Parts: sequence; structure tokens; C-alpha cells
Amino acid sequence: MSTTSTVLDSGIRELARNRWMLAYATGFFVLTESLFWFQGTGPQVLLSLLNVLLLVIPLVSLVFGAMYIYSSREFIELLLAQPIARRDLFLGHFMGLALPLAGAFAVGAGLPFALHAGAGAGFGGVAVLLSAGIGLSVACAAIAVAIALYSDDRLRGVGMAIGAWLLLTVLYDAGLLAIAVSFDAWPLEKPMIALMMANPVDIARGLVLTQLDAPAMMGYTGALFRRSFGSALGTVIAATALAIWIAAPFAIAGRRFRRRDF
Amino acid sequence: MMQAPVRSAVLLAALAVARPGAATEIVVAPGSAVPTLAAALARAKPGDRIVVQAGRYAEPTITVSVPRLVIEGRGWPEFTGSGNHTVLIVAADSVTVRGLALTGSGFAATDDRAGLLVRDARDCVIEQNRVYENAFGIYLSRSVGCLVRDNQVEATRGNEFTTGNAIHLWYSPATRVVRNHVRGHRDGIYFEFSASSAAEENEVIAVTRYGLHFMYSDSCRYENNTFTGNGAGVTVMYSHHVVIRGNRFTDAVGPAAYGLLLKEIIDGEVSGNDFTGNTVGVSLDGAMRLDIRGNAFTRNGFAVRVSGSAGDNRFTGNRFAGNAFDVVTSAKFSTSTFDRNWWDNYRGYDLDRDGIGDVPFRPVRLFGLVIEQHPPALLLLRSPLVGILDTVERVMPVLTPNTLVDEHPLMHPPRE
Repeated sequence: MSTTSTVLDSGIRELARNRWMLAYATGFFVLTESLFWFQGTGPQVLLSLLNVLLLVIPLVSLVFGAMYIYSSREFIELLLAQPIARRDLFLGHFMGLALPLAGAFAVGAGLPFALHAGAGAGFGGVAVLLSAGIGLSVACAAIAVAIALYSDDRLRGVGMAIGAWLLLTVLYDAGLLAIAVSFDAWPLEKPMIALMMANPVDIARGLVLTQLDAPAMMGYTGALFRRSFGSALGTVIAATALAIWIAAPFAIAGRRFRRRDF
Repeated sequence: MMQAPVRSAVLLAALAVARPGAATEIVVAPGSAVPTLAAALARAKPGDRIVVQAGRYAEPTITVSVPRLVIEGRGWPEFTGSGNHTVLIVAADSVTVRGLALTGSGFAATDDRAGLLVRDARDCVIEQNRVYENAFGIYLSRSVGCLVRDNQVEATRGNEFTTGNAIHLWYSPATRVVRNHVRGHRDGIYFEFSASSAAEENEVIAVTRYGLHFMYSDSCRYENNTFTGNGAGVTVMYSHHVVIRGNRFTDAVGPAAYGLLLKEIIDGEVSGNDFTGNTVGVSLDGAMRLDIRGNAFTRNGFAVRVSGSAGDNRFTGNRFAGNAFDVVTSAKFSTSTFDRNWWDNYRGYDLDRDGIGDVPFRPVRLFGLVIEQHPPALLLLRSPLVGILDTVERVMPVLTPNTLVDEHPLMHPPRE
């Protein structure tokens, strides 16, 4: 067994024992299941779930992710004293955080759809929602690790994580709205779609919207939107943008982890 | 005083004339003594019955000018216009056309060719025909009191500019259009200057433009029809006292597609309809004093759009579920009212348990106003930011029209 997988294994075991992670998965399960209970049809459940997903996944992944790195600080230092490559240690720790986060969401939210056989929600819609949630979980976990590794002060780090959450979920869109309202006379659609691609939360939202809100996505804006997020090429571009949002913070954090004096 | 035998003879003679059985039956069959419908019509007397046996008939335009004829096909005899003329014209009163297949009128920009044209006739019955691949399907012009029933009208090869309408009424009041199946063509059912008519239980699917389209046709009824997947949905205009009841308007998706666009429709009723999956469910454009009640709006982009020129419309007992926007309006003030509807977005409570929410509901979202004025903002649909803005606006309404409030939102969806 390689070193990475050993560390990953220990990380996952630790998180699996962690009640928070269990509560996170159960929370999604109970929420989705009760949405089925109250709303009945699959498409409506998907929409309600989207609203939760866009707020909760970034919040939990960012804050919990930062706290996880801080709390395993001593364990990391202990392992660094052993003949283990830093690369393996970092990879193991990152995956030990990202996989359970993504898995808890996928299982918690996905299981009810499997139990209800979709209940009218198309396979494509469920698949896109779950993939977007998983991608968003991993991207936010990567951002959280980068924040935690750059800030030694635990309180400041968690504060930054919360700040990043506010920025990605609310403030960024407020900026977009301000642009849409103030530069009314300009053809704004393309620049705005490009700006959306630069925010992982907006990418996740865009991917799911093309599946769920097709009737509203009309007119010039909607047509462009559908082409940007809904077409095969658009989906690939959006997925690539999300992948960059995973790879870039991961690379930054990894570089910091390798060079840092613990 | 007449002698008894003479009296009987007169009576018998009178009976012979009046007896329906006196009408002769003329059989048309390929290769027989009467090989064409035109030949049968040449010898037909009023009230006769013409039976057309199965086969293909390529005749010049056939004109029925003898009243009270019954023309009945056996085994769908097919009449074709050979791609260059109207197939069959009914120009006499009380004619019945049943069981024919009419096809191949061809298209011309200069005249309106049809599978079946009824012209200046009264009380015709057009039923159980198959009318396919014509410019216009069944065209009623200046005819009164006809019944168009159980026909299949299809034309899927042309586009919006090379087909006409499937069932077209022009100055033809008191017509009933019942249980027809329409697919393709430009408009499905088209009424113009045709008052007091009715369309019931028709099914109009995938026409290139409007499933139902009427203008200047007052006091008409449209009940229990299905309009689905039509290019621009349904648009009705310039009519008053119409009743639109129990229809299904679904899947009208596109930049200019409407489940039901009501333009200058005055004093009418829109009730018990089902609007599902349309870009815009109902759009009120200059519509006045409409009673819009008991409809279900489900999964539309915009369930109801009220323009500034619409006024005094009453929305009651409707059910709004899963729409991206329940109500949008470009008007700052609106005299249309919403009362006792059920909204899935309603978050109020009902302390006295009378089934009516204790706090009013404002169906116009702030975001709805924003995208009316700044369309690119649609990109922020379902953003958490938008949820926050809408909530703030709902708590402290500043920008949304004060009058667009449901003071008595229902706690439970009304029965359909």
C-alpha cells in the first residue's frame, strides 16, 4: 500500500468516526427525503435542493475543511518526522478531506432519488446536480486547505473561510447584479457568462439551471445561457472551469505544504 | 269535397316526395359507371346520398353545389389535388362530408388552397375525414352553423410560410369544432370574424405557429382542448365575452412562446385550465375584466405576465407551483387583482385555521422586476443573493407594486 493511500485511509477513517461528517450526510438525506415527502415530484425537489446546495456545500466545505487542517496540525507534524514524502502526506490529507465531503453529499442527497426512482426527475438532472455538488465540494475543500496552510492563526483562518464563503455565494453575485443594472446599454450577456465561469458556485448553479429551469431560460439571455452551460461544448467548458477551481487552490496549497517550515 | 280514393292518392304522392327513402344512393367506384365524384354530383338531386368506394381519385377541384347531400367514403377513398388545386369545395347548404381522405392541395402564395373548402354554405357537417398535406386543411369561409368533428388534419412537411392553417374559420359564425386531431400546419385552429363558435376537445400538437389563434370572434367557447408543443403556443386577440375553460396549454417553449397570450381580450372567463412547462403561462396584454380562476400553473418560466395596459382582471382560486416566477409585471400600478390563490412560494401561517393565510402574499418578486428592466440579470436566477433580495423585498416592500398582493392566500391547493 502506497504512503498516500495509507494517509488517505487514516484520514478517511478519522473523518468517518467524526460525528460532523455523519451529521452532514444524514442532514442531506433527511432534507432530501423530507422534500420528497412535502413536495412529491422530483423536479421540485431538485430545485429546492439546488438552493440548499449552493449555500451549504461551500459553507461546510470551507469552514469544516479549514478546521480539519488546523486540528490535524499536530498529526501532520508527527508524520513529517517520519520518512514520508511531503507530497504523499499532502495528497493523502487532501483526499481524506475532499472525498468524505463529496461522498457525504452524494450519498445523502443521491440516496433519496435512488429510493424514489427519481420521482419524475430525469436522470440527467439528478446526475448534473450530484456532479455539480461533488465538484463544488472538492473545489471548496481545496480553497479551505489553501487558506488553512497560509494562515497560521486558526481564528483568522476560519474567519477567512467564512469570508470566502460570503464572497463566493453572495457578494460575487451582487457584483454581477450591479454590473447588469449599471451597464444596461451594453451587450452584457457574454461578459457576464464569462464572469460566472470564474466562480465555482456560479458554475454549479449554471450547470443545474440548464437542466431545471428550461422554460425560463428563453430570450436572448436565456438562449446564450443555455448554449454556454447546456450544450455539450458548454458543459465541457463549465466542467473545465470547475476543474481549474479544484486544481489551482490544490496546487497553491500543495506548494505551500511542500515548502513550509512546520 | 274530394272522393276518398283521390284523397288517398294525393296523400301517397305527398308521402313519396317527403319520405327520406326517396333519396337515391349513388355509388362511386373506380372503373364503374360512376368513376368520379364529379360524375356523381352531376346527377345528384338534393338529399341524395353518395357513397364513395375506396380508391384513389385525382379529379379537378370538385364542387358540391347540391344541397342536403351526404357524401360518405368507405375505406378512406383518397382525393388528391395533385399538388396544384383545392381538393373539395362545399358550396351548398346542409351537406355532410364523411370518411374521405383529402390530400395534396399544394401551396400557392396567390390563393388559399385547402383540402376541404366550405364556401357560403349553412349547416354543413364535416366529420371523420383524414385531411393531410394540404396548405389549409379545412377552410370555412362565410358559412354558418357548421359542425367540424372527429377529423384528422396533418401537414408536417411545410414550414410557417408554406402551409396554411389546419382548421380555418373566416366569417363563419356558430361553427362547432369538436374532437379533431391536428398536427403540423401553421396555426392549429384559427377563428377570424366568427362569433358564437366553439372549439371543444380538440388536440393540437406541434404546429409551427399558434395552436389556437382567434381574432374578432366574440362570444366563443374553447373547452377541454389540448395544445401542446406548438411553436408559439396560443395567441388570441381582439374579442370579448370568450370562455376558455378546461384546456391544457403545455410545453410552449421559446423566446416568443406563450401558453396563452391574451391580447385585447375583454370580459371573458379563463377557468380550470392547466398551464404546464411554458416559457410564459398566461400573458395579459391589454386584457380587461377577465375572470381568471381555478387554473393550475405548474413549472412555467413565468406563470403570469401582466402588462401595464391590462386592467381589472381577477385571479382567484388558481394554483401556482414550481414556476421560476409566479407573476411578473412591467407596470408600477396594476388594477388587476389576486385573491384566494394557492402559491407554493407562500411562507405564511394560519393561526385561526380557516384555510386562509394570515399574512398577505406578494407574488411579484423583486428579481422579476429587475429582469424585466435588465434582461441579462436572468443569469442570476436561483442565486442565493436573489433569494435574499426577494426576502428583504417581501418583508419591506419598496419597489414591487403595492396593489399586486394576494390578501387571502390559500393554505392548501384548491381542488382541480
